[in-house]
Amino acid sequence: MMKRAQGFYPTFERKDGGRTTHYCAGCGHGIIQKLIAEAMAEMGMQDDTVFVSPVGCAAFCYYYLDCGNVAAPHGRASAVATGLSRVLPDKYVIAYQGDGDLGAIGFNNAFQAANRGEHFALFFVNNALYAMTGGQMAPTTLPDQKTTTSPRGRDVTHMGSPLKVCEIFDQLDAPRFIERVSVADTKRIMQAKKAIRRALEIQKEGKGFAFVEILSPCPTNMRADAVKAADFVTEQMEAVFPLGRFRDLDEPMVSHYESSSLEVQDLIEADEGGKAVVYDAAFPEWRMKFSGFGGQGVLSLGLVIAKAASQSGRYVSWFPSYGPEQRGGSASCAVVLAGKEVGSPVVDSPHVLVAMNQPSWERFLPTVAPGGVALCEASVKSEAQPP
Amino acid sequence: MKKFVKGNEAVMIGALYAGCDAYFGYPITPASEIAHAAADMLPQMGKVFLQAECETGSINMMYGAASAGKRCMSASSGPGMSLMQEGLSYLAGAQLPAVVVDVQRTGPGLGNIGPEQGDYDQAVKAGGHGNYKCIVLAPASVQEMCDLTIRAFELAFKYRNPAIVLADAVLGQMMESLELPEGQLQVPDTKDWCVRGDAETRQNLIASIYLQIDLQEEHNWMLQRKYESMAADTQAQSYLTEDADIIITAYGSCARIALSAVDELRKEGVKAGLFRPITLFPFPKEELAQAAAGKKVLVAELSNGQYRDDVLLHLPCEGRGQVELINRMGGNLIRMEAIKEKAREMMGVKA
Repeated sequence: MMKRAQGFYPTFERKDGGRTTHYCAGCGHGIIQKLIAEAMAEMGMQDDTVFVSPVGCAAFCYYYLDCGNVAAPHGRASAVATGLSRVLPDKYVIAYQGDGDLGAIGFNNAFQAANRGEHFALFFVNNALYAMTGGQMAPTTLPDQKTTTSPRGRDVTHMGSPLKVCEIFDQLDAPRFIERVSVADTKRIMQAKKAIRRALEIQKEGKGFAFVEILSPCPTNMRADAVKAADFVTEQMEAVFPLGRFRDLDEPMVSHYESSSLEVQDLIEADEGGKAVVYDAAFPEWRMKFSGFGGQGVLSLGLVIAKAASQSGRYVSWFPSYGPEQRGGSASCAVVLAGKEVGSPVVDSPHVLVAMNQPSWERFLPTVAPGGVALCEASVKSEAQPP
Repeated sequence: MKKFVKGNEAVMIGALYAGCDAYFGYPITPASEIAHAAADMLPQMGKVFLQAECETGSINMMYGAASAGKRCMSASSGPGMSLMQEGLSYLAGAQLPAVVVDVQRTGPGLGNIGPEQGDYDQAVKAGGHGNYKCIVLAPASVQEMCDLTIRAFELAFKYRNPAIVLADAVLGQMMESLELPEGQLQVPDTKDWCVRGDAETRQNLIASIYLQIDLQEEHNWMLQRKYESMAADTQAQSYLTEDADIIITAYGSCARIALSAVDELRKEGVKAGLFRPITLFPFPKEELAQAAAGKKVLVAELSNGQYRDDVLLHLPCEGRGQVELINRMGGNLIRMEAIKEKAREMMGVKA
């Protein structure tokens, strides 16, 4: 009888209660997950680990791995792991993604997580195709390799060349550990085991991002038996994706910024003083518009009035023109004072207009309410007429 | 204690009082001040702010943080909200609480950064795949930008469901006095379902997949029952509706303009009232029926009738009065005078 792998559930209740996995004979996933499970168990990490499953054949990692489990959307395991590791800084996060998942739809999420040096171990299973979905071409598919979406072979002149993720990640500063291994034979599995353990050690040491690419056979979609599929990995895939350790950096990723733990009150509750806002039915509503060139200070002018009104216990709203207008051109803001809650913060017909340039004067003067007050900057030629 | 702040700042103040643990977001006008405030304040409190590579990244980072039972949020606008729809579906499917604030701008496509309410259907009808709903709250003041952000966290955790605060560019950019909240929000314990890397939650699983079709169907039915139970938490404002002959209904900044129109119409002797939904999902249909059944209804919105369609859906057919729409799009606001004119026309009154 085979020794039961540590780190796996004793029986797979989330599957069917049995002890067999759903993987095809000769598939690499079972081996890889067993290596991760064993390493996690031997290193005493199970209580402290959250494992993020991808989409695809490995979607059901949570059938087997005895730790906290989160199933991510397609391509997003690295983003999900980022969220987890950020809010659980003292815990261990492991993400697991295939080559379509990580190399295509989720590449940027994985790449950016690597560049930020997120604190999780990312295991990247490369079998040169989409498996669960039906053997389609992946970014890692070899030149001239036939798949269901490259039926005549991958023509690199318009389907791209195999994406070498380790080599790309090796251009980044942040990753602490990058290695490419294979599970195509026993010797290679022993090296894969070492790399997986090292990636988890880096998590225990709190060093940062660790990345292991694992070349893996898929007999079903490689249209080969287990032996031939393993041979394909060793003979064909390794020629494009050479095995080896790209880096194992000693220095941990530690911030030099000071941490602080202020309370919300410390941050927010600076008393602005002034009177409490009071209901005053007798106070008439005042609608004001301040306008001019962007940069003249018209928004600030309105704000000074609005803040003064707020301090004196009036209901008040301040609404700016915003966006591209703040970078030149006209700017304006509306201020409404009232003795009760302000209705519309938008001012169509102001009781008070301040125009600091000619275009504003011409545009807004005709809108001034009957009996209103309009002020303009001295140089404005006031040929326009109020209504 | 009060502060004079922008609506977008009020959102983050509310989030802090709601005990927000993490903010994941991507810059977009007119929502960016929320990210600015989050970037400034959360790290000072020892909490997480992370600028994601895209909104797909931010919503999935939220999926991770929410899986750990933490209170997380993001804020965005139209194009970013579109990118988040897949993630919202996953959050709903996996029953994870999270808060997204949508400071609506114009669309479709790039549109511009002016105010619009064209994301109504996407938020209220759920823009992602599958049979799910998001809780949707619609603030209409700077105070509510704060208060409804807190409420969004509360409901998200009560129902283990994503919640959207559906604001707009006017509310995000305007300033008003904000009365600061008292005390911090308490939410239910999450240990029964979350996965936070400890012995207590080691056997928990966050997933939205059920391979057996009957289980997937049961999951769907359970979610539908949950959405129905949310009717207990509808919220709406009815202003001068009791004796009204015509009800103007609007949400968000549009409701502010409608409120002024109601006041002015009353001065002219037109018995107008305002009905303002505060929860858009669950929709306050009882409250709407009470305020508007049998009366003329004028719907004001900054979109192509998306909200009007819901008013028609929820207003009892029997005895339903005339329902008309006044709307603008593209970044234009509805002029108060235009609402008054339309209401007078419906009432057969001359100015």
